[in-house]
Amino acid sequence: MTAEASSNYAIDVRGLNKHFGDKYVVRDVSLRVRRGEIFGFLGPNGSGKTTTIRMVCGLLKPDAGAGTCLGYDIGRESAEIKRNVGYMTQRFSFWEDLTIRENLDFVARMYDIPSRKAAVEEALQGLGLKERASQLAGGLSGGWKQRMALAACMLHQPRLLLLDEPTAGVDPRARRDFWDEIQSLAARGISVLVSTHYMDEAVRCHKLAYIAWGRLLTQGSAAEVITGQRLSTWALYGQRLAELQEVLRNQPGVEQTVTFGDTLHVSGTDAEALRQTIESTAHSAGLRAEKIDTGLEDVFIHLMSGSDRGDGGKS
Amino acid sequence: MSRRNPFSTVRWWSIVLKEFTQLRRDRLTFAMIVGIPIVQMIIFGYGINTNPKHLDTAIISADSSNITRSFIEALQNSSYFRIVGTLPNEAAGRAALAQGKVLFVINIPPGFTRRLLRGEHPSLLIEADATDPTATANALAAVNGIVQSVIQQEITGPLAVLRGKPAPFSVAVHPLYNPEDITQYNVVSGLMGVILTLTMVLMTGLAITRERERGTMENLLAMPSTPIEVMSGKLIPYIGIGLIQATIILLAARYVFQVPFFGNVGAVYLSALLFIAANLTVGITFSSLARNQLQAVQLGIFYFLPNILLSGFMFPFKGMPDWAQAIGNLLPLTYFNRLVRGILLKGNGWANSWPSVWPMMIFTFALMAVAVASYRRTLD
Repeated sequence: MTAEASSNYAIDVRGLNKHFGDKYVVRDVSLRVRRGEIFGFLGPNGSGKTTTIRMVCGLLKPDAGAGTCLGYDIGRESAEIKRNVGYMTQRFSFWEDLTIRENLDFVARMYDIPSRKAAVEEALQGLGLKERASQLAGGLSGGWKQRMALAACMLHQPRLLLLDEPTAGVDPRARRDFWDEIQSLAARGISVLVSTHYMDEAVRCHKLAYIAWGRLLTQGSAAEVITGQRLSTWALYGQRLAELQEVLRNQPGVEQTVTFGDTLHVSGTDAEALRQTIESTAHSAGLRAEKIDTGLEDVFIHLMSGSDRGDGGKS
Repeated sequence: MSRRNPFSTVRWWSIVLKEFTQLRRDRLTFAMIVGIPIVQMIIFGYGINTNPKHLDTAIISADSSNITRSFIEALQNSSYFRIVGTLPNEAAGRAALAQGKVLFVINIPPGFTRRLLRGEHPSLLIEADATDPTATANALAAVNGIVQSVIQQEITGPLAVLRGKPAPFSVAVHPLYNPEDITQYNVVSGLMGVILTLTMVLMTGLAITRERERGTMENLLAMPSTPIEVMSGKLIPYIGIGLIQATIILLAARYVFQVPFFGNVGAVYLSALLFIAANLTVGITFSSLARNQLQAVQLGIFYFLPNILLSGFMFPFKGMPDWAQAIGNLLPLTYFNRLVRGILLKGNGWANSWPSVWPMMIFTFALMAVAVASYRRTLD
């Protein structure tokens, strides 16, 4: 690949591996995030999302693997990467015993931002934190903490944002506002790598990657991820779905059953076997069944249980 | 009724088990539980001696005869004095005392024996470093007995006529620096180092572990800061705090305890500055080694113990066995005690202070290197 082609990528890492003691946390993860792209990073807790993000921004040294972040080598040029990346940690990591303004001021000095005072004022204004500027950061609610953290990460005008579960524990409205902000940042050409557990957030990403047990299982656009799994899905509507779920579980063609309120999603890769099973079951139980488009959530549950089986099958 | 049992042994036992499990996981705490009593037992049991013996003594001899040799031998035999060498003149004797190389200088004046034989009742002079009265008191109390035994042994035969009152010769003891033997002078000036050690090490010990424990370290590391910036930046406020403490102690020493200030107060502040730097490097090293704030505090206490016991603050340094003195010689507090007592009570200047200054400087630079090297730039 030429240097010019690689510069199209904000993140371009290959074969990242990381151990902690005898625990294999990240195995052969390769990621490519284009400039100006919102890249969603999904996977269960403890799957290696945070570790991967930390390796990308130089907070952890990979055991193996290499790559670039904003064109800088992740192994040798972590100082340059830190200067151009905004990293928002999973846990609120600003100083709770400093006020919002003091926190922003500290960050601004750290990055040696020219016209520091104006930049801090602008950040406070832009995020609507002006009236709360002299409040201690520790006293803020989850949503406000997250807004403050984003404001602090954006102060030095990074070209890449790494957001580690930024909306965990934040109410739906604050989450929506947050994502509007992310999308307007991306529209201005800032690349974003964001890890999340929420499907409504996943569908707002341009590209997705799913990681489980340290392995990258799939990556691509939402449509590519869905078609890639070649799942067909049926929805069954009615009461007492839990019993039905038990019955269906071992039927031919059924690989996965998930209840969403009064709807049961049944998925499988063998479309024909699944159709026969569903039609006979629905008929005998007197339930309405219809074939639906497979959703991201169905795919992710499938990916997770699939890799679970693959891993657990040996034992 | 049984459901409202105010004391359930099952619940109680579950708490006991949980505490044991957590304690077992915390290796350092466990090591402290075992280590502190062992260290204390060794130091108190073997290291500390409130009746110090074999104290370093130098001799200025302008006269050598059977009688003076016998006197010096008797001093050694008393086991309180250890003759470490001879010095050419009084100036050299004063310098050795000022630098703390010896605790006693025995001065045998010229013509001592001749005057003794003529029945002129001459005197020997013992100059003692009395900054720490407990170190010298027992040894000086033994001197009269030694004089008597020398008279019994040596003033015999035809010389026996010289016996009786007054004694054929006497020993004049000259307690230098603290002629009234006021223990407080010594303790108060030593307290400065002890207080600075405790506060500086404990406060900076928490400086980095606090960031790590609160999760703010990840943020700090993600920003473009270098280890030396973080560490030295964190230490600056504590230098100010240390100097404020030093001022409070000096004011109290001067106006509450009436400790005489023979030396230059500016020199005391410079010494304090160096000593604060030494302790801050200890604290920041602990801070980057410890996993959490509790461990940092435990390391601080573990460091404080030998400092208070083996530095010559609480017990006479020269009275300790060699191995304990060797440990004491690794601690900056040992040098600071000598330095400050030297400046305040002996009026020491630069030349006499230097032997205590350079070890502290080496200590500080060495530990700063360790601290920077052990600072983790990544979260690995």
